[in-house]
Amino acid sequence: MTISLKPSNSPPEKLQPTGWLKYFSFSLDHKVIGLQYLVCGFLFYLIGGSLAGAIRVELISPLSDFMPREVYNQVLTLHGTIMIFLWIVPVVNGAFGNYLIPFYVGARDMAFPRLNAVAFWLIPPSGLMLITSYFINGAAQSGWTAYPPLSITTPAAGQIIWILSVLLLGGSSIFGGINFIATILKLRRPGLKLMQLPMYCWAMLGTSILVVLSTPVLAGTLILLSFDIVAHTGFFNPSLGGNVIVYQHLFWFYSHPAVYIMVLPAFGLVSEILPIHSRKPLFGYTTMVFSIMGIVVLGLVVWAHHMFTSGTPPWMRLFFTIATAFIAVPTGIKFFNWVATLWGGKISLNAAMLFSCGFIINFVLGGITGVALAQVPFDVHVHDTYFVVAHFHYIVYGGSVFVIFSSIYHWFPKFTGKMLNENLGRFHFIITFIGFNLCFAPQHWLGLNGMPRRVAEYDPQFQLINQISSVGALLMALSTLPFLWNILQSILYGDDAGDNPWNALTPEWLTTSPPPVENWKGEAPLVLEPYGYGEKDSNKTQGGVK
Amino acid sequence: MTSTVPAEQSSESKKDLSTEEHEDFRLFGLIAFLIADGMTFAGFFAAYLTFKAVNPIGPDAIYELELPLPTLNTVLLLVSSFTFHRAGKFLEKNESKQCQKWLLITGALGVAFLISQMFEYFTLPFGLTDNLFASTFYALTGFHGLHVTLGSIMIMIIWWQTRIPYGRVNNENKFPFEAVELYWHFVDGIWVILFIILYLL
Repeated sequence: MTISLKPSNSPPEKLQPTGWLKYFSFSLDHKVIGLQYLVCGFLFYLIGGSLAGAIRVELISPLSDFMPREVYNQVLTLHGTIMIFLWIVPVVNGAFGNYLIPFYVGARDMAFPRLNAVAFWLIPPSGLMLITSYFINGAAQSGWTAYPPLSITTPAAGQIIWILSVLLLGGSSIFGGINFIATILKLRRPGLKLMQLPMYCWAMLGTSILVVLSTPVLAGTLILLSFDIVAHTGFFNPSLGGNVIVYQHLFWFYSHPAVYIMVLPAFGLVSEILPIHSRKPLFGYTTMVFSIMGIVVLGLVVWAHHMFTSGTPPWMRLFFTIATAFIAVPTGIKFFNWVATLWGGKISLNAAMLFSCGFIINFVLGGITGVALAQVPFDVHVHDTYFVVAHFHYIVYGGSVFVIFSSIYHWFPKFTGKMLNENLGRFHFIITFIGFNLCFAPQHWLGLNGMPRRVAEYDPQFQLINQISSVGALLMALSTLPFLWNILQSILYGDDAGDNPWNALTPEWLTTSPPPVENWKGEAPLVLEPYGYGEKDSNKTQGGVK
Repeated sequence: MTSTVPAEQSSESKKDLSTEEHEDFRLFGLIAFLIADGMTFAGFFAAYLTFKAVNPIGPDAIYELELPLPTLNTVLLLVSSFTFHRAGKFLEKNESKQCQKWLLITGALGVAFLISQMFEYFTLPFGLTDNLFASTFYALTGFHGLHVTLGSIMIMIIWWQTRIPYGRVNNENKFPFEAVELYWHFVDGIWVILFIILYLL
């Protein structure tokens, strides 16, 4: 049985609202849904960022003077949850995945457009629910990990709302994952082989496999946790005969792959951006594909390296240390491939390129501390200190968020048909890069010297370093302003971008900007070499600023 | 060297290469969903087995399961899988009356399973919060029972939709039938694993 994709009798333009209203509707267009994800995610980023600012203000002085301790716990819980589940995961997967994947496979929409819209519309209500929990008897206080028995003993209302919200977001994530798998494997344009797809498709395929396999386990775990809180069962409550370690195992079975759910799509996006702005083919396509799949397989069997201090037996420590160290191999392959892609290229140092290079630098630093943390003797010392905070933010902010900004600078002309101001973009990059490193590099030192994370008060000897870190956070907060100004200015008065301002070869640039409903006026182009930037080509066309 | 075939060049070719039509992959999506659903159960099973391995049952804790009723339940579900398959055979032969009959039997078996499960719940000597194993037992069987409930409702919907002449599910539009059948077999398979892990191990 075949289903016609061509709605010749009822053009979708007639069925859907047009203009800006479409972004507030149950639109089935993958491009509208992608931008819905992006803007919604960015609003949550601003909220999560304000919470991070509150944390840094509190930590300027060693005493808990800016806010009460309970509020500090709520703020750090909300910050972590919002940034992970409402900003990075929806944006690197949902936003760019929905916008780009149908173009890359040569389709007119995602495989299940209605499911796609449902997946997006689960996000705003669950995000709002999470935030309003602060005003109802206080939000959850047990961190984004919600470890029992802490999550069982803190006020129940906030924790239950947190669980419901994360369950809804997990459902949204699973629906999205199923959709991406079906789109990439089943909806490819005839004549297009898997090994001819742009790298972002492979990254999204790997990510979606991780989402489908690991998110349900988190859902099951949180259901059990909610039973513990509401019905007073004892799954994870030691005083009732339960076992907290089981929660940690199940939680990290999702939450370690969640790190790859946050960075694998970022790897894919960088692999799209670097070749275009350095006018060279992506180096090592095949090794890149295999290293993505290697990360997917290994990513599922390293979770217990988060639990080296939870009484894990020695054989388990040994296994998980080795498995974690192995993950550095495919990651390293990808890193060298990016450097080799840049090597000898005609690099245009525009904002997209700068943010991608910033990502490479930050990610290497975060990767090195990651390998260090995988070693049990070291990990036992710095577990739950600011060293872990620094490592994690180097991966998710220095990694994923830098790539999100890079991608916005790269694809904004396609989204809107307008160019962004490159000088303002470069300025944004410089402040973000300095602010980010100023904020998080000193935290390595704090962690090595034993400052615990998630505590509002600290030893006065750490005050100077904390103040330096807070200055970095201020710079990061300020760096949002030139970005927002740039976006606003460009939407209102920006130069016309034309269809293909970067002289790119990937399919999304072979249509108008912004693309029409159903992506192409005529037939979808068959792109067999998405990275075919030859030497002749780079003489002819110089990518870069208009 | 051109690596791309622009739309203008290929639009003249008579054969439409773009994806104006594609195969039906709704079943593929459902399978992906069932894998995800299966992972939820896998998480529960892993939790239960770990509890069993490391958490000793308390000296005064009551946790005893009787075998006859769950064995009957297993038989009920396995037979219902068979009857559903039978209904599918009749749907292919366009014999809607027979198909409906077998669907009704399947639905009845599902409901019988639920009644029998409720009966077991009420006769067990322990409650939800009595001890760790009691809680895990109710969580696992309850989550599975939720699946059976949803499945029974969907079977009834399919049964209603295969009626002649107004039903919308027939040999031409088989997907809803196939989807529910696949889901039902999945729920059966989970029960067999659950039966082995909870009652036999």
